[in-house]
Amino acid sequence: MKKKRTLSDIVYYTFVILFGFVMIYPILWMVMSSLKPETEIFGNAASLLPGEWQWGNYSRGWEGFGRTGFDVYFRNSAIVTGLVVIGTVCSASLVAYGFARINFKFKAVLFACLMATVMLPVQITLIPQYILFHNVGWVNTFYPLVVPAFLGGQPFFIFLLIQFIRGIPRELDEAAIIDGCNKFGVFYRIILPLLKPALVTVVIFAFMWTWDDFLAPLIYLNSANLHTVTLGLRNFMDADGGTNWGPLLAMSSLSLFPQFILFAFFQKYLVQGIATTGLK
Amino acid sequence: MERKKALKESLTGYAIISPWLIGFFFLILGPIVASFYLSFTDYDLLSSPNWIGFDNYINILTNDPRFRQSLTVTLIFVFVSTPLKLIFALALAMLFNTGRKGTGFFTTIYYIPSIIGGSVAIAVVWRIIFGRNGAINDILTTLGLEGMNWIGNPDTALTVLILLVVWQFGSPMIIFLAGLRQIPTELYEAASVDGANKLQTFFKITIPMLTPVIFFNLIMQTIGGFMIFTQAYLITQGGPMDSTLFYALYLYETAFEYLRMGYASAMAWILLLIIAAITLLLFKSSSRWVFYESEGGR
Repeated sequence: MKKKRTLSDIVYYTFVILFGFVMIYPILWMVMSSLKPETEIFGNAASLLPGEWQWGNYSRGWEGFGRTGFDVYFRNSAIVTGLVVIGTVCSASLVAYGFARINFKFKAVLFACLMATVMLPVQITLIPQYILFHNVGWVNTFYPLVVPAFLGGQPFFIFLLIQFIRGIPRELDEAAIIDGCNKFGVFYRIILPLLKPALVTVVIFAFMWTWDDFLAPLIYLNSANLHTVTLGLRNFMDADGGTNWGPLLAMSSLSLFPQFILFAFFQKYLVQGIATTGLK
Repeated sequence: MERKKALKESLTGYAIISPWLIGFFFLILGPIVASFYLSFTDYDLLSSPNWIGFDNYINILTNDPRFRQSLTVTLIFVFVSTPLKLIFALALAMLFNTGRKGTGFFTTIYYIPSIIGGSVAIAVVWRIIFGRNGAINDILTTLGLEGMNWIGNPDTALTVLILLVVWQFGSPMIIFLAGLRQIPTELYEAASVDGANKLQTFFKITIPMLTPVIFFNLIMQTIGGFMIFTQAYLITQGGPMDSTLFYALYLYETAFEYLRMGYASAMAWILLLIIAAITLLLFKSSSRWVFYESEGGR
């Protein structure tokens, strides 16, 4: 019996490790190839070890091409992502509190509207939103990317926070009201501090999605000096037509760096967020 | 007095949800109405919209081979990639649910592609490793097989994109894993007392108990599949010969490259109807195969 267990363990771990290797091979390949000279990226394509370590790919990539370097792209991504995260956390937590704890007229109808928007394909609102932002002169600014986050952000996040607030005992609210808090005070002093673990999930997902976002910057940002990292990589790939793959891979690896850091520190929250709400 | 209090509470409520309320009216509801109106017009963003009735819809449905191509490509993509993704997700969730050491580490590793798979960086990687001199062909040659022009060949370009999304089975896997852990162990104990074998327990206990989670994953992944854009835009640009012209890609081209806003709006509404119909069908079918414990079972 014991022997059988060991054999199945061996089969199990061999499979899990080999398949795991296949799973992360493309990512390892990207990072290792970013350190290879051009000839090796294609000449020695499948190998993960550079014959000759080419650290210069990073400095050459950082300069970007044309007049815009990756310092500009990273700064723009940081601004947009930072503002989206702040906006989402502030607005989504407040709105979730309103839906979870306060009785107002038409609440059921509005909640149904909120849930309906979770499922709505972006394509339906994409074009008229673009026309709206075009008419108010916001095309080629960060506003179309950032302002929606301050107006509730992803309905997913509001829903997630509503579920979490429902788990907080109402007695806490009532005690605070007796102590002289108004509704907003209850939110700020009672709910918000207790909401922290759920807010971590919201922060991480808002960061990951905004940092990765390609479609919105593609539509709204024309000037190269406003481009985010995702557009920077696209420009790089198209402009060089395959002659500068080393630096391009270097910048691709670098673009994932903030996400990896976040993932390394908070993967527990990410996994919990996925498991409990089915985000993404 | 009571009434006044209720009114006050209502007003406070509206004040607190006002950010979302404003966003909902200006960024969702208003645009939905506008999009519906625009779908009956000819609008190029520069001159004012020109009412043309059902012309856009008629042209899309009867007179646009690229629409048909994009719909076909998208449907093939969704119906191939979604089941594959879910099969991988379930198989590995089952494997990770056997209680061996180190599963936390491995689930994390398997989950990474789901987190970063939609990024431009990964699109760059895909374009290179599936290129003619890329890593995939290098591996195939080492194995004694013949390499091919994956991205440049209309027969294989779609496969390259399907592989990219199937590779991201990590998040449905984690949802399955959470679902598997909810199944009471007594059920398995009872089955083993009754002498059921592994295959029987899988089909009589695991699958039925997991149907709500399967249904949830199926809905989310199907809807998500219709939205694919970034990867196709960056890796294949819809080509070769429109073999990866996804619906969202064609819609983007129509609206933002040719500035045919009315036509694209009509396309968006047709997409909404298709997704709604498929979702409705899935929901309808669910009463036959999704098992909810609270109903007492059937």
